[in-house]
Amino acid sequence: MPIQKPWIVRDYLKCSGCRLCEIACSLKHEGRIWPESSRIRVFMLVPGAEVPHVCTQCSDYPCVGVCPTKALSVDEKTGAVIVDEEKCIACGACIKACPGQVPHMHPEKNHIVICDLCGGEPECVKACSYGCIMMGTRSTSINYDLYSINPEELTKNIAINLYGEKGEELTK
Amino acid sequence: MTYGYTGKIAEVDLSISKISDLHINEKILKEYVGGRGLGVKILWDRLGSKWQTIDPLGPDNLLLALTGPLTGYIYGMRICCTGKSPLSNGIVGSTAAGEFPMELKCAGYDGIIVKGKSETPVYLLVTDDGVEIRDASKLWGLDGKNTIKEVNKEVRELLQKRKPNYGLWKEPALLYIGQAGENLVRNAAIMQKWTHACGYGGYGAVMGSKNLKALVAKGTGKLPDVYDQKMLTELIHKCWSTQFSNPQERNWGTASMGYSTGAQSSAEPVRNWQEEWHNKKSMGIVQYETRNWVKRFWSDYGCCKSCMKISVVKVGPLKGAITDSPDYELEAYCGTNLGIFDPDGVVYMSSLIDDVGMSGINSANTIGFAAELFQRGILTKEDFDGIEPRWGDPQAMTDLVKLIVERRGIGNILAEGTYRAAIEISKMKNVDALQYAIQYKGIEVGAHGIRTGSHFPYLGYALSVQGGDHTSIPRPPMSEARSAIGDSLVYCTISGPSGLRNIEWDFYKAVTGWDMNAEEWTNINGRRIIQIQRAVLLLGGPDLFWEPEIHDDNPPRWYIPLPSGPFKGSAPNRDQLMIERKDAYEAMGWDEKGIPTSTELKSLGLEDVDEALKKLRI
Repeated sequence: MPIQKPWIVRDYLKCSGCRLCEIACSLKHEGRIWPESSRIRVFMLVPGAEVPHVCTQCSDYPCVGVCPTKALSVDEKTGAVIVDEEKCIACGACIKACPGQVPHMHPEKNHIVICDLCGGEPECVKACSYGCIMMGTRSTSINYDLYSINPEELTKNIAINLYGEKGEELTK
Repeated sequence: MTYGYTGKIAEVDLSISKISDLHINEKILKEYVGGRGLGVKILWDRLGSKWQTIDPLGPDNLLLALTGPLTGYIYGMRICCTGKSPLSNGIVGSTAAGEFPMELKCAGYDGIIVKGKSETPVYLLVTDDGVEIRDASKLWGLDGKNTIKEVNKEVRELLQKRKPNYGLWKEPALLYIGQAGENLVRNAAIMQKWTHACGYGGYGAVMGSKNLKALVAKGTGKLPDVYDQKMLTELIHKCWSTQFSNPQERNWGTASMGYSTGAQSSAEPVRNWQEEWHNKKSMGIVQYETRNWVKRFWSDYGCCKSCMKISVVKVGPLKGAITDSPDYELEAYCGTNLGIFDPDGVVYMSSLIDDVGMSGINSANTIGFAAELFQRGILTKEDFDGIEPRWGDPQAMTDLVKLIVERRGIGNILAEGTYRAAIEISKMKNVDALQYAIQYKGIEVGAHGIRTGSHFPYLGYALSVQGGDHTSIPRPPMSEARSAIGDSLVYCTISGPSGLRNIEWDFYKAVTGWDMNAEEWTNINGRRIIQIQRAVLLLGGPDLFWEPEIHDDNPPRWYIPLPSGPFKGSAPNRDQLMIERKDAYEAMGWDEKGIPTSTELKSLGLEDVDEALKKLRI
């Protein structure tokens, strides 16, 4: 029986917008507080409808497939997308290929940033105390590709969920 | 090397569209820190010699939005807005939580100073590339929710166009005004994320007077280097690990006080402070949390407590209203103070006040004042343009809000705030309306009464340099400086983890490398800030001046014994208080007239303040 791969379980309606996930991620990857370098970014296009935006590890990895320099690879153990910062030429092809436009450029260096699941124990999950992002394992009965989704689309849903018609009006 | 600061403040003169950078030297940063303290220093240096002539709503006033050295590093971030206050004519450090200060720091700025006045409506956009002045004519007239919607759209499109390869751009953060600020309503707030207000001080009107609709920031940079990152990271994790230590605060925030401060403590405004007690179980927190809360935990950047919640009215004629918790202050002011005791009504009132960008505390104090004048027949339906502001009627009360925001009829007078309106109405109707004005030095009072003797100190507001501001209260033996810490380091003192007392100074050491402790702050640096604030308050002008003998006192109503509740009959003894006031003056380094003494000012290195106060000592 193969070892089950980890997945960050998302319960969007529980996000408080505290961004401790962003702080934890940048402390881990950059050694300091740096929100835009975080591999998980919380969008707040409508106040109250905060959306954590992070890689879902698609089954077909379209980002890895389009990379012209083979800078992206899949970690065998975790299934996370690993960025070879030396090889990456910051062309942005992976952003376009991603159904949810999850990857973004490192704000200072010349490479893309994508969640590496911290080797299997993500710091963001440890920092979240609301049950919005939790550690889980991937099962075969769920299509995780559906979670690669543009935050604007989710914002609309969440705003309507919270605010009803007013939410629809504010996301038009 | 100055750690924790970007080292740069953007300075914008809207009259001549000039943008420059201001650098503050290390000595001043050590003494005045940031936020309220640094704002006071900059305002004094630039306007102190002509303070009495500066019109707070004129082009010479400065609007400052400043972060502090702990902003972003410690739990719970806020921004501190200052300037000459159009309510008190002094300086108020007015803070609100939200993401703006983080974006500002990540764009490379510790703050923004705005002077002058633009000819047409504008907003300022701060990015990694600097500051730009942009047209806001399409935003002028919009309420808060639509301002955020339109600015988010415009700025995201702009950034996406400028840096198309970056990936998806997040939203910028905004400080903005609603229609109240545009129309120079004196207790208009500077707003953040729909519901969060820099409320005290009236700085929304200052922004409006400059034709400035919003300050918008989106930065992608890192927070500045710190002195000891390892120590800082440990402190951060220590705070995170204690975030569940006080489930009461986390579950309900201050919102649980809407019932208990009235029913038990008897210190809540009820019908413009005619009473401070109610026993309306409909105001119980269990009602809000089950009927209105659609979001149980709502945080600002870096907050590990999330005392805020989001409320919605789901059914009935008030359907569609959205606001935060409401927290205690707004449950009280938009609720009990107006005789509204049902959650839907309170949420509705609070929502409208958010949208038009007024300070919920201050403006709802004015509305309560007006409603009492209606109750007493001093103001009539005709004065109110057909509105009948009866206690407990949220729709009539919100109609009154609109009358004020649009400055129609009596609304034009009420838009000047409770104190100025009371003076005007007294003349107009030949009555003493000041007896119904519950305010201190032009600042309408927070929702915490003093009459029981056990809730807030008897002389707290009367001696505060920020008037009725409930967050800046001298509490012997600590001076008011202790209250000013959070406003100068600029973080949220409410979101602090329970049980980690004075941890802000550990953060301060880790971030800046400098040493400071609560005692040193209270006795020297903080005290210096309070003395300058006291000085400008006494200098005042140009429309009003304060006399300590008269104005370092409680409103007349607060000497009338409480008419109901467990503390029925309780009230401070004024003669006794006047003796205590003398002692308090001495402890604060003020003379018998309430003016800071030469000895005190010189000991703090404030020779120029001493010089300026000479004319008052005669």
